[in-house]
Amino acid sequence: MVKFLVQRIIGMAVTMFFVSIMVFIIMELPPGDYAERWAFRKFSGTGAQITEADLDNIRANFGLDRPAPERYFKWISGIVLHGDFGEAFAFQTSVNNVIGQKIWLTLAILFSTLIVTYLVAIPVGIYAAIRRGSAEDYALTVFSYLGFALPNFLLALVLLYISITVFDSSVGGLFSPEYADAPWSTAKALDLLSHLIIPSIILAWSATAFQLQTVRATMLDELNNLSVTAARARGVPEWKLLLKYPARLAINPVVSTMSFDANRIFSELPIVALVLGLPELGELLLKSYLDLDMFVAGAILLILTFMIVFMNFLSDIFLAILDPRVKLIEG
Amino acid sequence: MTTTDLSTQEVQAPITQMESEEAQRYYSASQFQLIWWRFRKHRLARTGALILLTMALVGLFAEFVGPYSGITRVSEAVLVAPQAPQFCNDDGCSLRPFLPGITSERNTETLRMETKIDPSVRRDIYFFVEGEEYKLLGMFKMNTHLFGVEEGSIHLLGTDSLGRDIFSRTLLATRTSLSIGIIGVIIAFVLALVIGGVAGYFGGGLDYAIQRLTEIVRVIPVIPLYMGLAAAFPKEWSSTQVYFAMTLVLALVGWPTLARRIRGKLLSLRGEDYVIAASLAGAGPSRIIGRHLLPAFMSYIIVDLVISFPFMLLSETALSFVGLGLRPPTVSWGVLLQDAQTVRAIEQAPWLFIPALFVIVAVLSFTVLGDGLRDAADPYQVSG
Repeated sequence: MVKFLVQRIIGMAVTMFFVSIMVFIIMELPPGDYAERWAFRKFSGTGAQITEADLDNIRANFGLDRPAPERYFKWISGIVLHGDFGEAFAFQTSVNNVIGQKIWLTLAILFSTLIVTYLVAIPVGIYAAIRRGSAEDYALTVFSYLGFALPNFLLALVLLYISITVFDSSVGGLFSPEYADAPWSTAKALDLLSHLIIPSIILAWSATAFQLQTVRATMLDELNNLSVTAARARGVPEWKLLLKYPARLAINPVVSTMSFDANRIFSELPIVALVLGLPELGELLLKSYLDLDMFVAGAILLILTFMIVFMNFLSDIFLAILDPRVKLIEG
Repeated sequence: MTTTDLSTQEVQAPITQMESEEAQRYYSASQFQLIWWRFRKHRLARTGALILLTMALVGLFAEFVGPYSGITRVSEAVLVAPQAPQFCNDDGCSLRPFLPGITSERNTETLRMETKIDPSVRRDIYFFVEGEEYKLLGMFKMNTHLFGVEEGSIHLLGTDSLGRDIFSRTLLATRTSLSIGIIGVIIAFVLALVIGGVAGYFGGGLDYAIQRLTEIVRVIPVIPLYMGLAAAFPKEWSSTQVYFAMTLVLALVGWPTLARRIRGKLLSLRGEDYVIAASLAGAGPSRIIGRHLLPAFMSYIIVDLVISFPFMLLSETALSFVGLGLRPPTVSWGVLLQDAQTVRAIEQAPWLFIPALFVIVAVLSFTVLGDGLRDAADPYQVSG
């Protein structure tokens, strides 16, 4: 088990190293350079005359005159050694300050979405497989198709529209106004939970459609297994036998694709967050892309990807615990 | 694995005198004939294909089908609700469809322009009317439109806040969005074929390196990655440049999934008996790839291509929706939906949301078409 863990952690580090290079390339992509944008932000409208020499000064200040590999090294070592993500010029403060507690809100959204997804997809998928070919199964297939076809942000808009016209209340935001700036308390946490429900349902929408079909397909494969027939022949009650053999195995592909779900959720998060006005990393990522505030964007992209890689690590461990066959192969 | 009646019956049933002719036909049919026969049985997939074909045609001839160009502003018809052609009014019925007249006036309280329907006025709809000049397919100068009215204006899906006809704009957007998907898929496909093909056929260290690279690209959340690439487009780029850059971005992020599938398929086929037999018989790599491997996996690749379409469409829509993709004056589904970004806008004019229906229908059609093709792709498959 220790060897297994060490292997996975090394793999994770290698992946993150390559991801960080890719993120750095994306940060470098926008035309014009950081110094010009920074100067524009800082001095536009102040009447100050910026000369080429000033720009060179700024460049030297930020180390922009150094070659790219050196800048990459400085950036990544700042993150790894000091947890320092650099400076967010649009906000005139450090990236860490800007991102701060949004990481926790983002994690809260991720986990509540995953919980909603699995709470719906696993039992419903098993049910659909058992009742294969029934009207319910057919309806669920249609639902899955819609889950693929209806973009989450449209769903968000529709729900927002309904909530405002029918219920006369907004589903947007993560906190009620009275808690937005209040210090953390039980009441504030409960308020956050109640606001998490709608975004979670919206974000879980397509992941659920996808996992539901996975569970159903695996379940169908397993239902034909000899172990099921043998158990049935032994007279094991039907519900017990279903839970003991096929249902247990049907969960495996779901567990092993947890990181894909996280990827899907983060992929959709920025746009849904924009529509619903959620103050978390996805929305900030979108804003910083639009402002070309690439240090913030790069940091968020790196953090989101790290969460996904970490989820992958977790799902490997869960899988090894759930399915003894995996452990045997990995040693 | 599903099996249609056709295959079980024709493969497993003994060939009796009655069936022999049909069985003969089955055994002597080419692979693509078999695929076609199987596909024909899939009603849902056929419907999907039909819808997509219609969309493509309508998009191709958008200027002809739509009564206005995408940028024409009708100032007396701002935020007009969708108008349904009628055949009857208080004065009686006619075979020629017509629209009631509309008048717009400023509300004295809200100071908003408001349009009112005036049922006493009747505006006949004529077909093949002359209207604004345009270039069909970018080549032929024409001014005939499929339909139109002689007085006033016609807006089947309403107008936006600038008085532009949403029907015409949606048709143009259909062309943009579908074509961007098609070009994106083709570029991704070529990349995937070359890279995945090399990795799958030769294996070894190169294969390993390419595998790791695709894995890393796949770890980063897709839309944020797209956004990062799209954010790098210079602001001064023309809409054509942005358009082609978008297809490139879609392709660059889309190829790893395709390459992975091609590689996997090639790897599994490489060890098949008939491939080994061919190489033992002295066939060179080019003959093995061209004559034995390509036909075996081409159908799967087509399926993969069709399945990756919805993803391209949704990505383009999402990117343009948030302002990181195509920009006005280019119209795509995502650009049109930008107008429906806030609840206020939807509340005021729900019909701004209509382009979303096109997105959903197109994605659904591609999905069912992909499903049907997947079932048909392997006509020799008889597993239960």
